[in-house]
Amino acid sequence: MTSWDFFRSMNRRSLLSSMGVAAVGLTFTGALSGCGKKEEGAPGAGTGEEAKLNFYNWDTYIGETTLEDFKAGSGIDVNMSLFATNDELFAKLKAGNPGFDVIVPSNEFVTRMAEADMLMALDHAQIPNIKNVDPAFMDPDFDKGRKFSMPYTWLVLGIGYRKSAMKGGVPDSWKWLFDSDAYKGKIALLSESADLFRLGFKYLGHSLNGATPELMKQVEAMLIKQKPFVKAFHEDNGQDMLLSKEVDIVLEYNGDIAQIKTEDDDVDFVVPKEGSLLNSDCLCIPKGAPHPKNAHAFINYLLDAEAGKKITETILYPTPNAAAKALMGDDYKNNPIIFPPEEVMAKCEYGIFEGAEKAQAYEEAMTRVRAA
Amino acid sequence: MEQSWNRAKQAFAAIAIPPMAWLVLFFLAPLALVWLFSFGQNDGLKDIAITGTFANYARALEPLYLQIFGKSLWVAALTTLFCLVLGFPVALAITFAPEKWRGWLLLLIMLPFWTNLLVRTYALIAVLRTNGYVNATVEWFWQLGGLDQLLGPYQPMELLYNNFAVIFGLIYVHLPFMVLPLYAALDRLDRSLIEASLDLGAGHLQTILKVVVPLAMPGIVSGIIITFIPALGAYLTPDLLGGPDSQMIANVIERQFKRANDWPFGAALSFLLMYLTFIAIAIQAVVARHRRENARS
Repeated sequence: MTSWDFFRSMNRRSLLSSMGVAAVGLTFTGALSGCGKKEEGAPGAGTGEEAKLNFYNWDTYIGETTLEDFKAGSGIDVNMSLFATNDELFAKLKAGNPGFDVIVPSNEFVTRMAEADMLMALDHAQIPNIKNVDPAFMDPDFDKGRKFSMPYTWLVLGIGYRKSAMKGGVPDSWKWLFDSDAYKGKIALLSESADLFRLGFKYLGHSLNGATPELMKQVEAMLIKQKPFVKAFHEDNGQDMLLSKEVDIVLEYNGDIAQIKTEDDDVDFVVPKEGSLLNSDCLCIPKGAPHPKNAHAFINYLLDAEAGKKITETILYPTPNAAAKALMGDDYKNNPIIFPPEEVMAKCEYGIFEGAEKAQAYEEAMTRVRAA
Repeated sequence: MEQSWNRAKQAFAAIAIPPMAWLVLFFLAPLALVWLFSFGQNDGLKDIAITGTFANYARALEPLYLQIFGKSLWVAALTTLFCLVLGFPVALAITFAPEKWRGWLLLLIMLPFWTNLLVRTYALIAVLRTNGYVNATVEWFWQLGGLDQLLGPYQPMELLYNNFAVIFGLIYVHLPFMVLPLYAALDRLDRSLIEASLDLGAGHLQTILKVVVPLAMPGIVSGIIITFIPALGAYLTPDLLGGPDSQMIANVIERQFKRANDWPFGAALSFLLMYLTFIAIAIQAVVARHRRENARS
């Protein structure tokens, strides 16, 4: 692989995430430089608000022309800035909303931000395209009745692997990552402490949620035992490590592996038979949003069938938008990486936000694993 | 002098107030806030109650975190040592280079500063990884020398995602911090002292150790300090180049502010790191004063 290929294949999301605080500062000023001055533009989409909207999104997580198409239809100018992790999003809004209208937190952070009174209740009457959403996504535990959030994508963690390097066939168990030296030195695990521990519970036959301290100790011991065989804890750039043959087997999200499979057919993805962790990124309006009506109009637009199709074509993540999915080609709809088989999906669960103390306990356990 | 100082007071104040205000507003005030956080506890998900507790410091002094502090000190010390050993000959060579070359050589040392640290670190990944430039070059020579027939195919070296990569990356990043103060000190050196030493029968090595090094000591000390302190707080390098056990204290601090959402504990860890830095600077000041007094007596 030449160095050019290398930089091209670097996931921009991972690049951004490693820039950490530095990047936050930059995007922050960039995002809000325009919204401070009250320009009297034409009122957008009859909302009666100035025709502006501040959108805080993940990188590479929108259609190529979505924002322009929305502007053409509504006259509203969308100013998009980017975050790399939910923690960054939360830290930014923790001390008060600096001016964002629409944000895209994952399921657990929807609960967390709603609990912290940081989200505005959505007015479903202003979002008629709600009819396009697959009913299976309309009443999740993390946001009963979709009071605060609309589903944007969903994703599942699993094992990405290099087919030609697998000695035991398809690695369809967490054992190969957590409890085996078969691929020693060729394993990379996600550094997200809570996710790693909860998948450990799943491997040991328990639920993701409601783990006892004893179970946590057990998984911690298992990870410490496994650590000598692990090459790295990656920051959601596991697909790059797999693509560059740095590792052969990696804990990653299905969408990330689906993206690299278009470049290298020797990689594949499996959701282990024990089941896994589901995530869903959601559209929310933070409290104190300067343009709440525009925000509703924008969320409604993102849930439109045609707009949803264009987004999905670019980002290749599973969409909860049934109308948009119906418009997609068979190579998407029947892609087993993007839509893993029903029987294994039935064993997957959403992670529940179990309070700040639990999150801190996971983090300290992870610090112990790394220090061991 | 007294009087002119008094007369210039107003002008001095006019010049000094803006930077002082800047310092207080954007450095001391936020720092004081973080310092207060370190005596607080989480109150719900968003708020921090300043209760005056020492619990965060007590937790930060548990063996787990002390061990990580110890490891960070060790990594930073090793980095500084290598930078000194590599940087001293480089600085010496630049000092003795012809006048017209010197500027260009200094420019070469400073050039990496023009590129973002993150980009340089990613470039190192491309160099060190299994299919990177180092392994590809060695493999080429391996095949050229026919070693693959003798010893079998080339096994790539594990250069990335371990402690070696972290220290290598830190040396690469911090070397200019060492070379520049060393150069500044060596450049001021009175050449005639070196000539005298050589004339009076000392060898080259002896001259360097007994004449050049003692005279350059202030530069060496400031080089050590401005290399050691940022290396101690390194965060990006262990994060990107390190393996599963390469975490340094700054990585732990970063995770407290983000993933763990435990700002009081993160604040306590940050301040412990800062106290360590103060101690290092205090030691340097004591050593410097001691030396001055010795020189006088």
